Amino acid sequence: MKTLLDKLWEAHIVTPETQDIPAVLYIDLHIIHEVTTPQAFTVLRERGLKVRRPDLTLATMDHSTPTVPVKSFKDLQVISASAAGQIRQMEENCEEFGIDLLGFGHDSRGIVHVIGPELGATQPGKTIVCGDSHSSTHGAFGALAFGIGTTEVGHVLATQCVLQRKPKTLSISVDGNLPAGVSAKDIILAAIGEIGVDGGTGHVIEFRGDAIRSLDMEQRMTVCNMSIEAGARAGMIAPDDTTFDYLAGRPRAPQGSDWDAAVEKWRTLHSDVDATFDKSVTLDASRLQPMVTFGTNPGMVIGINEPVPASSDASFRKALEYMQVTPGKPMTGNNVDVVFIGSCTNGRLSDLQQAADVLKGHKVAAGVRMLVVPGSQQVKNEAEALGLDRVFKEAGAEWREAGCSMCIGMNGDIALPGQLSVSTSNRNFEGRQGQGARTVLASPATAAASAVRGKVTDPRTLV
Amino acid sequence: MKPMKEIRSRTVVIPTTDIDTDQIIAARFLTTTTREGLGASVFFDLRHDRDGNINTNFPLNQPEAKGCQILVAGNNFGCGSSREHAPWALLDYGIRAVISTEIADIFRNNSLKNGLVPVVVDKATHEYLLNNPGIEITVDVAAATLTLPDQRTVEFPIDGFARHCLVEGIDQLGYLLQQADKITAFEEARS
Ligand code: SF4
Repeated sequence: MKTLLDKLWEAHIVTPETQDIPAVLYIDLHIIHEVTTPQAFTVLRERGLKVRRPDLTLATMDHSTPTVPVKSFKDLQVISASAAGQIRQMEENCEEFGIDLLGFGHDSRGIVHVIGPELGATQPGKTIVCGDSHSSTHGAFGALAFGIGTTEVGHVLATQCVLQRKPKTLSISVDGNLPAGVSAKDIILAAIGEIGVDGGTGHVIEFRGDAIRSLDMEQRMTVCNMSIEAGARAGMIAPDDTTFDYLAGRPRAPQGSDWDAAVEKWRTLHSDVDATFDKSVTLDASRLQPMVTFGTNPGMVIGINEPVPASSDASFRKALEYMQVTPGKPMTGNNVDVVFIGSCTNGRLSDLQQAADVLKGHKVAAGVRMLVVPGSQQVKNEAEALGLDRVFKEAGAEWREAGCSMCIGMNGDIALPGQLSVSTSNRNFEGRQGQGARTVLASPATAAASAVRGKVTDPRTLV
Repeated sequence: MKPMKEIRSRTVVIPTTDIDTDQIIAARFLTTTTREGLGASVFFDLRHDRDGNINTNFPLNQPEAKGCQILVAGNNFGCGSSREHAPWALLDYGIRAVISTEIADIFRNNSLKNGLVPVVVDKATHEYLLNNPGIEITVDVAAATLTLPDQRTVEFPIDGFARHCLVEGIDQLGYLLQQADKITAFEEARS
């Protein structure tokens, strides 16, 4: 009668939790990037400590890295001296502490949460942390994966452990068939709308139900990715054949007889039939439609044809004022300035494919800037092999190098003050995509359709 | 980390709900490689207008906010990104405790590791604090209580271990390093 969380938790306890002291939890995979690690390495240096398990540490650069296409990575123009310094320090830190860095020019460089799965380093049953809140993405494989701060990054580097209290469990069950034009992004946006941006606080969400089971791995990652937007510690989906098929043959996945043994073990990783959760929510997939945000947090979300709600709450009204939207009217029809396809939420191959399918035979509307930023170097190569880059370029979109780009806007890829951006990323916070920029979160299909029409557009109306 | 036993200060109130860490410190300030000096960037886009002028309406910019060490904020403070720069920036600015009805998990964790005290209170106490900005209150970390000007005392939840570390100024890495033998045993048992 155990939940998936129970099973993962118990398998990683070095010392159990007591009333006085949290558990010491062992970490199987630590993913690091340039922005949230420099201060952690400084602590190690000050205290004369080593990295305990460089072999369990996966390092890359993604956040402050430029995505402007270059012939050679030597030509990269980094946005500022401090960003360049951060990138240089990441290289030096990895060198000094003996960590392999998937840096510039490396075929496997990319967004932390895209490359872990891609390499097969993300596996069922693992505990995975990263100094980044969207670590929940890896939970799609039946891993316990959560974001940590820089102090904890230091803890993991030095001891391969974190101090943790066991979170509570929240079951979100999604049943029924997804209608055409509706995707994983719409499921998770609807779920956040349902439980609110603090609905998951203190909990690990387990996504269940046949609508979740029918998703491919890339879509499952989209769902788990945004668990943090509901305030949850982590999101997870029990592994199944879809998971194993995805992982088979990937470079860092187990090989040969190790593979068979691993799969056998992984098959036990699911919540038992009679397991109980602290909270449960159900959603009917067949009633979902493309979702868009209208406010300044991901919980302020509606169906694409629904009117923006009204409220007398001061924070709510402030959000609508910032977004320049009117209650009573749907988001469709709002003029769009920028469209961003990318991020660890929707920057994988199938996301780019969905956007390209919508775009094919159309042009990006005059006055709209569309950026397509692959989540990793590998996604970029695969997309180019399929000719997706040509679809984007012919339509008038920019085809960029891999990175976080406009999801966080710290590498210079930003929307201008007042501009409306339809974005496949995960946060529509004030200023997230640039000071004064207004963000509407949506699926790749909705974002691409909006680029074509120059207005927020229901992808189902574009044929 | 310096021991943090008690904070007595007037409050500054930012009543907005769901204040995320992007608002506390915007991404463009995260290219730093140190912890120091982030106070100048805290709430930058709320403290300034788009031309960089001071926004005098923002609570932190009002004369009475000067020197306040306790921030009272709307529900669900610190949601969003895991950036530890958020508590670093608040501390560097001079904030020592944050009070709300809910404080997001990662932000709370990060705060506790740096000596910023996260205080979660009930709705009624929150309402009272929101409606009475600038009152002097005491956050007693050791007792896990908040004392209001009328001497009313409100308890707040705080993890016992985190509290012990705060009060004694202990950093948790030291504790983890002491577990080295157990960590090795764990690794050996699994391989
Ligand atoms: S794409 Fe966005 S959310 Fe994902 S890791 Fe990068 S900055 Fe964070």
